[in-house]
Amino acid sequence: MAEVFVKNEKSYKVQKIISNVLTFSFLGAIAIVVLVPFYWMILTSLKSSTMIESIPPILFLKPSQWQIWNYKALFEIVESGPRAGQPLFPFFTYMKNTIVISIITTIGTSITTILAAFAFARLNFKGRDIVFAIIIATMMIPGEIFILTNFLTINKLGWYDIMNQSYSDAIFAMTLPFMTSVFYTFYLRQTFKQIPNELYYAAKVDGTTDFKYLLKVMIPVAMPTIITIIILNSMGAWSAYIWPAMVTTKDQFRLVSNGLRGAFTDSGSGRTDYGQQMASAALVTAPLLVVFFVFRKQIMRGVSRSGIKG
Amino acid sequence: METKNNLKAWLYLAPMLILMIVFTFYPLFNAFIISFYKDYLPLANDGAGSITGYTFANYSVILKNQLFWQSIKNTFVLALVSVPVSILISLFIAVALKSIPKLKGFFQTIFFLPYVTNGIAVGMAFAVMFHRDYGLFNLVLSWFKISPIDWIGGTASWWAQMGALMIFTIWESLAFKILVFTSGLQNIDKQYYDAAKIDHATKWTIFKRITVPLLSPLILYISITSMIGALKAYNSVIGLFGEKLGGQPYSMITIVAFVYKYRSDFSFQGFYSYAASAAIILFIITLIFSLIQTTVSKKRIHY
Repeated sequence: MAEVFVKNEKSYKVQKIISNVLTFSFLGAIAIVVLVPFYWMILTSLKSSTMIESIPPILFLKPSQWQIWNYKALFEIVESGPRAGQPLFPFFTYMKNTIVISIITTIGTSITTILAAFAFARLNFKGRDIVFAIIIATMMIPGEIFILTNFLTINKLGWYDIMNQSYSDAIFAMTLPFMTSVFYTFYLRQTFKQIPNELYYAAKVDGTTDFKYLLKVMIPVAMPTIITIIILNSMGAWSAYIWPAMVTTKDQFRLVSNGLRGAFTDSGSGRTDYGQQMASAALVTAPLLVVFFVFRKQIMRGVSRSGIKG
Repeated sequence: METKNNLKAWLYLAPMLILMIVFTFYPLFNAFIISFYKDYLPLANDGAGSITGYTFANYSVILKNQLFWQSIKNTFVLALVSVPVSILISLFIAVALKSIPKLKGFFQTIFFLPYVTNGIAVGMAFAVMFHRDYGLFNLVLSWFKISPIDWIGGTASWWAQMGALMIFTIWESLAFKILVFTSGLQNIDKQYYDAAKIDHATKWTIFKRITVPLLSPLILYISITSMIGALKAYNSVIGLFGEKLGGQPYSMITIVAFVYKYRSDFSFQGFYSYAASAAIILFIITLIFSLIQTTVSKKRIHY
């Protein structure tokens, strides 16, 4: 009897080792699949055009073979065409615009969502639950449906002037429709609701106003959630593509995503300079990765909560 | 006191509500109206727009448009394949991650990278990898003696292009699902797994009988939201194929891309209304999926 038990124990151990090896190989393979596109992006950006066109493709480059020429070329001033007088890839202009848009929408979104979440979480008023339900329901609607009219609204407000759009017009047009977020309101309301009622009543007895209570108690307590919202919202501007392209009339008002596609393809021959294209893609990707590694915990927590509670 | 409190609450809500009325509720309502305009020119008369009446014809025009059906076909095939496949893969990954608590954080961080990157930048990297002559995909295929495929070029077949778009879409969408399923698994009571261990259940049985049933509400929720997300595919097509929207012009057009194509042609009479009609059709399709979710999740949750 005892022998059988020992035998089982042994085979159980062997089984465990095998399953561990299988698990690690599976996860390792997936990790490679996830990382390869980033690797290929950087690798291609460091290749000369002859290296890019070599068959079979070159899989590794020694540091001594790296060509930084592609990166340099992005910043060279173009002499003719629509971007005359500007760098081939006006990365810093796009970057500046993207950061400006991201700061403005994030400030706006934080203010509107904090105020609304406070009202929904703490104040009692007629129609609260109905209004909340209607607002939540809008999350299901594809945003494409709003864009058609929003474009016309921006035009009516005078911010889409084909002949003479100013920088501030473009900034208003790109930010105003995105100054609030249903999803973050919902997310923040959940956090606000966890703050005990007793705190609120005690503050009321002391004669604290609602606004002061929000400022002095609720916002500090909910700070981790608010920081997550700020980070996630700021990152949104990096992937915004269609709306900025739609409401801006000049290339120098656009955001990083707009600049990427279409550039580096010669309209005459249809040939694409993959080295420069990948160099620009790497430049756009790098700041996002830096932000991610700095705020990894907050970002991943925020996104996973959104999936669980959504 | 009561009315004073009411007024105060509405003041707190006002900034959000005003923005939503202007940029969400009114546009939703207006999109329906635009879809019934006849000969609509949105920017005519100094931005006031001009119409010659009302009509149902915009819907019949796009329903007869071959490009529209192409976009329906592309969008549905993409969504119906990429969503289940990515859910299955990410479930396996989440389960595998659970069994290696020590390195879980490390792998999770790697798997999450696609979520935080710019879809267009990475899409362009995929386009280089799918290149017929100097791409990585064909190199790997050549190791298995498979002759090169034109994935995204001018001679690419529809299936090759769709395959490339699916691979990219799945790669992009794994990150979110892995994270959500991993945190979902953490909430499953350990007792179930301990009981299964005592019964010497195999890993596959545990997966089928415990993990999937207990996660089923979450799986359903993720299926529907990713289905709705996949029906709105657009940036991935731009990233992979550029403004041409396919190896051949428009061969990979999606419903959203169809809306944008007709929207950008707003100086042609009625085109804006075609865009609106297509957007309304997309809205109805997503509504149907949301309704399925609410009915199914009420009926069957395995506990």
